[in-house]
Amino acid sequence: MKKIEAILKPFKLDEVKDALNKIGVTGMTISEVKGFGRQKGHKETYRGAEYQVDFVPKIKIEVVVEATLVSRVVSAIIEHAATGKIGDGKIFVLPIEEAVRIRTGETGNEAI
Amino acid sequence: MNCHKQSAELCNRKSTVGVNTKMSFSGGNEYMKTIAYLFIFMMLPISGLWAGDAPATPESNKIAIDLVQTHADYVWTLIAAALVFFMQAGFAMVEAGFTRAKNAINIMMKNLMDFSMGSIAYWAIGFGLMFGVSKTGWIGTSGFFLSDFTPGGDPWVLAFWMFQVVFAATAATIVSGAMAERTKFSAYLIYSVLVSALIYPIFGGWAWGSLFHGGGWLEKLGFIDFAGSTVVHSVGGWAALAGAIVLGPRIGKYGKDGRVKPILGHNMPLAALGVFILWLGWFGFNPGSTTAANKDIAMIFVNTNLAAAAGCILAMITSWIKFGKPELGMSLNGALAGLVAITSPCASVSPTSAIIIGAIAGILVVLSVLFFDKIRIDDPVGAISVHGVNGAWGTLAAGIFNMGGTSAKIIGVQVLGIGTCFIWTFFTAFILFKILDATCGLRVTPEEEIEGLDVKEHGGDAYPDFEVSSYAQN
Repeated sequence: MKKIEAILKPFKLDEVKDALNKIGVTGMTISEVKGFGRQKGHKETYRGAEYQVDFVPKIKIEVVVEATLVSRVVSAIIEHAATGKIGDGKIFVLPIEEAVRIRTGETGNEAI
Repeated sequence: MNCHKQSAELCNRKSTVGVNTKMSFSGGNEYMKTIAYLFIFMMLPISGLWAGDAPATPESNKIAIDLVQTHADYVWTLIAAALVFFMQAGFAMVEAGFTRAKNAINIMMKNLMDFSMGSIAYWAIGFGLMFGVSKTGWIGTSGFFLSDFTPGGDPWVLAFWMFQVVFAATAATIVSGAMAERTKFSAYLIYSVLVSALIYPIFGGWAWGSLFHGGGWLEKLGFIDFAGSTVVHSVGGWAALAGAIVLGPRIGKYGKDGRVKPILGHNMPLAALGVFILWLGWFGFNPGSTTAANKDIAMIFVNTNLAAAAGCILAMITSWIKFGKPELGMSLNGALAGLVAITSPCASVSPTSAIIIGAIAGILVVLSVLFFDKIRIDDPVGAISVHGVNGAWGTLAAGIFNMGGTSAKIIGVQVLGIGTCFIWTFFTAFILFKILDATCGLRVTPEEEIEGLDVKEHGGDAYPDFEVSSYAQN
């Protein structure tokens, strides 16, 4: 089992979700996050005073899948989240030791 | 005879309406026909009743016409009072929008109490000081506790009081915005009562006392302040200045290097809603100040609107030039600045002048906000610039653009009024806030300020469902 964490441009979420559904990903968790990478932040003005916005809003999706599915998930995310412009985000793949479905007590691949 | 003729005419007219209704639905709609006939029959007994009255004389007609005018005056004054009351909601929304979510409950409470405590204070003391009999022209001495009203007596004092109390509350609530996010609630309540009971009405009596039983020294000199650029807005604005100075800036507003660090308001649409509500309320504030249903209200209405529009546009343009982007906060302040500025001259200048007055107000408010930030007077909503500075500008403009002509004397009296207002309000408010600071404390502790006034002062949370919480589901 692997966990795939991807940081996306918020408006790409729907497209990525549909693409992952199509290749058999049955669940995911998303959160609204803020951060910066090479894109950095930008400047805004409030009542005449300029300020730097360092953290740009992004969406983080987390999906846990069987190890065999990882490369398809990663390429689906790349295909559907990319705009070619700076700030498209990142994908991280992490190992998962165990998964348990709370309702039934199932574990491992059965639980995801 | 006249009356007979009138009622016959009326009956005929109604009949025609009835027939019209019937004809327009002549496609066989029996239901509409029935209604049309019913309408005619309903009119018959009324015209019969009129026909039975004593014959009218020119005198009885005059009395009847005057009565209609009196009733119209009551209705207009009270509708306008309701519109001005609604401005309280506008002030509350502007202030909440321009400040942080953690202080929203505190801001609602301050605005709520400004009107509630202010109403009682103005009933007990303020109205008497402002509009009571005044031999010297400095202070009213009668009419406390609404004693001018006796059951069965002339109720005009009630309508007039209602219109005046919403004005007093406006002056009081202006201060709330400039002192937002750091003022101790209990100290604010004391201020709120005293401004409605003493500071506002005493100055108000100097300029407006003769509208009722009083007579102020300033109005006797010819001071023009139709709806209160100075009497209401500058009083609020200069008291706000005193409050902001005594309190000091919010934690984190000014960096050690002297840089202004903006503290973002938490809800700009709410601030914008507040400004739209205030703009609407001003259609009661200015045209209602006639306290009479007459034709003057049309020009006052138009002037009010044009000045607000011009102020809004020029503030946008000024912010665009100065900051590179058209800024919402400043544009909202610009609309209010235009409204404040036209409040004094709204009945005595042409619509074209109103545009010029509003436009200058729009530029002035942006520069003023930047100025007060530069000298480190922290005013989260721009109340000092909107109400104090532009109240003064509007009052001066009433002299400059006066349709009846202007002169050095007229302008001199306006300047005297502006100066008197500043000296009276700023120093009484400053002393009051200093006393409050020394006795019960004017400012919350730094811990309370950082945590938020909602939790520490009121034990509440304005937006509990917008964050992760561990509330039990059942």
